[in-house]
Amino acid sequence: MSKKTRKLSFDTDWKFSPALENTEYIDIKKRYGLFINGKFIPSKGKKFFDTINPANEDKIAEITDANSSDVSLAVQSARSAYEKVWSKMNPSERGKYIFRIARLIQERAREFAVIESLDGGKPIRESKQVDIPLASAHFFYYAGWADKLNYAFPGRSAHSLGVAGQIIPWNFPLLMAAWKIAPALATGNTVVLKPAETTPLTALKLAEIIQEADVPPGVVNIVTGGGATGRAIVKHPDIDKIAFTGSTEVGKYIMDVIAGSGKKYTLELGGKAANIIFEDAAINQAVEGIVDSIFFNQGHVCCAGSRLYVQESIAQEVIRKLKDRMETLVIGNPLDKNTDIGAINSKMQLEKICSYVDLGKSEGGAIHQSSCSLPEKGYWYPPTLFTDVSQSHRVVQEEIFGPVLAVQTFRTVDEVISKANNTPYGLSGGVWTEKGSKLFQVSKEIRAGVIWANSFNKFDPGSPFGGYKESGMGREGGVEGLYSYVGLD
Amino acid sequence: MLNYQLQKYSIDQVGVAGRVQRLFSRSIKKESKMQALRLALSMIDLTTLEGKDSPGKVKQLCYKAAHLHDQFPNLPKVAAVCVYPNMVKEAKNALTGSLIKIASVATSFPSGMSTLKSKIQEVNRVVKDGADEVDMVISRGRFLQGDYSYVFDEIAQAKEACGQAHLKVILEAGELVTLENVCNASELAMEAGADFIKTSTGKITPAATPQVVLVMLEAIRDFYIKTGKTVGMKPAGGINTAKRAIQYLVMVRETLGQGWMTPDKFRFGASSLANDVLMQIIKQKTNVYQSINYFSID
Repeated sequence: MSKKTRKLSFDTDWKFSPALENTEYIDIKKRYGLFINGKFIPSKGKKFFDTINPANEDKIAEITDANSSDVSLAVQSARSAYEKVWSKMNPSERGKYIFRIARLIQERAREFAVIESLDGGKPIRESKQVDIPLASAHFFYYAGWADKLNYAFPGRSAHSLGVAGQIIPWNFPLLMAAWKIAPALATGNTVVLKPAETTPLTALKLAEIIQEADVPPGVVNIVTGGGATGRAIVKHPDIDKIAFTGSTEVGKYIMDVIAGSGKKYTLELGGKAANIIFEDAAINQAVEGIVDSIFFNQGHVCCAGSRLYVQESIAQEVIRKLKDRMETLVIGNPLDKNTDIGAINSKMQLEKICSYVDLGKSEGGAIHQSSCSLPEKGYWYPPTLFTDVSQSHRVVQEEIFGPVLAVQTFRTVDEVISKANNTPYGLSGGVWTEKGSKLFQVSKEIRAGVIWANSFNKFDPGSPFGGYKESGMGREGGVEGLYSYVGLD
Repeated sequence: MLNYQLQKYSIDQVGVAGRVQRLFSRSIKKESKMQALRLALSMIDLTTLEGKDSPGKVKQLCYKAAHLHDQFPNLPKVAAVCVYPNMVKEAKNALTGSLIKIASVATSFPSGMSTLKSKIQEVNRVVKDGADEVDMVISRGRFLQGDYSYVFDEIAQAKEACGQAHLKVILEAGELVTLENVCNASELAMEAGADFIKTSTGKITPAATPQVVLVMLEAIRDFYIKTGKTVGMKPAGGINTAKRAIQYLVMVRETLGQGWMTPDKFRFGASSLANDVLMQIIKQKTNVYQSINYFSID
């Protein structure tokens, strides 16, 4: 038998029947107001936008587009709650409220997971196993710190900053809200949070939980809207701290605007992480790691391992195995429990991915895509990889934020370290080897906030996350995440 | 005598467990579940391997193999019955004329602690008595002491003694302990001529762990790419629920694909799995679980 005919077929006679998550009990209002001072209120501007399900383009709800006077009202309410209640409260009391939020998310985890998948297109498997449990865990983690701040900063005394303006992205809507709100509240700050325009629903559901948990009015305010609402938050003079997660482009704009204002800030921006596989790695597990690194959440992950470096001696094997594995990824309805790759979050993002893939092709990259069929309605993109690309190709240099992997090979440790660092970004990376010494050497020399060893995209609230270079500044998570929300005396 | 050298394979236990967890979380419902249950039934090696086995018991087992649940028409039959060497003739008598294969354990099952000569004699004998398939055990002691050539030779000789019969090579993964050993022993067995590789004897725990099964399936895949030969797989020991059987089918589907989704390439070695699968099939049809007493215990 010739080598060419040795091909595995994953188009089996046995197909998976649809296994849809139950959505009957989900309660979503037709229209949402702004969550200010503990209540949902209408906007003064009376402007709305639709939030849609990216898997079928159906409208889910109308969302208020907050204008600058709405933002001012939210900041006022946060300021007043900060001065009158929250900053004066006994820290252990503050902790109790945060614990309560954590528990309520846990209790309603299923509901939140469904809404996250409806609104954002991510597979229900991921929202159930990753997004919601981690969001809850984050609140639990920081709730525990609320009355122990003196231990976090030995010999120093920490004080809260005031009102935090927080702007979060659409890729992990509830989880990013948790990353922002939990440490801010634990350290005694109050919050004005703006969820992303395409995925506001779980933040608004979180507002319901904040009401239910009896958090004093004004401590958490949630204003929805697009770029203009975000600008109003960034520019607001009575905000003491800006926390932003999103694109490097917007991050640069924010630094520009707040320069000289005295506002403290943390920015968690883009990435183009190197995922490095050495020839002595456990290859089958590394292939699975590649899947975790680039196809998790449709590749809408700032720390995605979008640049794969494989040692030359095993490159053929790794790429063959990866292509086989890509054939077994199930693409389709995010609410199907067997879906591995859901819908692309928005039309705009889909167009961006398409234009990058066209660019990669015109640059001469060799493209391979899984042979899956895509649903007709909604926004979809198949798992994709480029070979025959180099450091000079834009698909290797720029963040695509989709299920598109650029594969290169290398021969020596020095070569791969210099290639891995040859990027304006520095958020994350992965190293796969059985050899401990190599692992430590490489992870030390790569300039990135997180390096995963023989794994990828693993998160824990106790572990700090954040970038070097144009991937941002400041850390979220862990003790370090507290520092972003305090002043030290 | 050939000097068999092992390849150096790295296997990450945590990664294997993670992959297993992901495979096992597939949700198999409705039509796909029915299809899987029927497929699982057709892949069973209905097994009795006890010191107290009697000709009568083997006869009953053989009848059950061909008549799983006659109240329910058009059910598939199991793939084979698996018995001790002393029972092969009895099984042959009972199954003559049916398509159900006779598998016999051999080579001093389960320990393999005897001379190579007597092991090969035993293979010769069960084949002569009518076994279509021979489930041999490897000398784990020799493997662990690094005498890979010995293990290679005993498998190669057993294969030769099998003639037309199929050879299944039992690694007894529970005694090899590490996943690297399991991977290496799988490759060795396939190189030496195994038609199937099998996880365990069922006599020691752990038997077929999901991690071991995955590593063996991946070894089969890599061997296929290297040589073009499609070696079969048989997890055995402790697989007693339909749910677990379906999970293994998912694992085969996503590791090896269509070519292995057949009783010719995948078997379950099990004694009590069939009844649970039957119970699930009836439940899928009628929406209610039947009492276990409606299913024969043979």
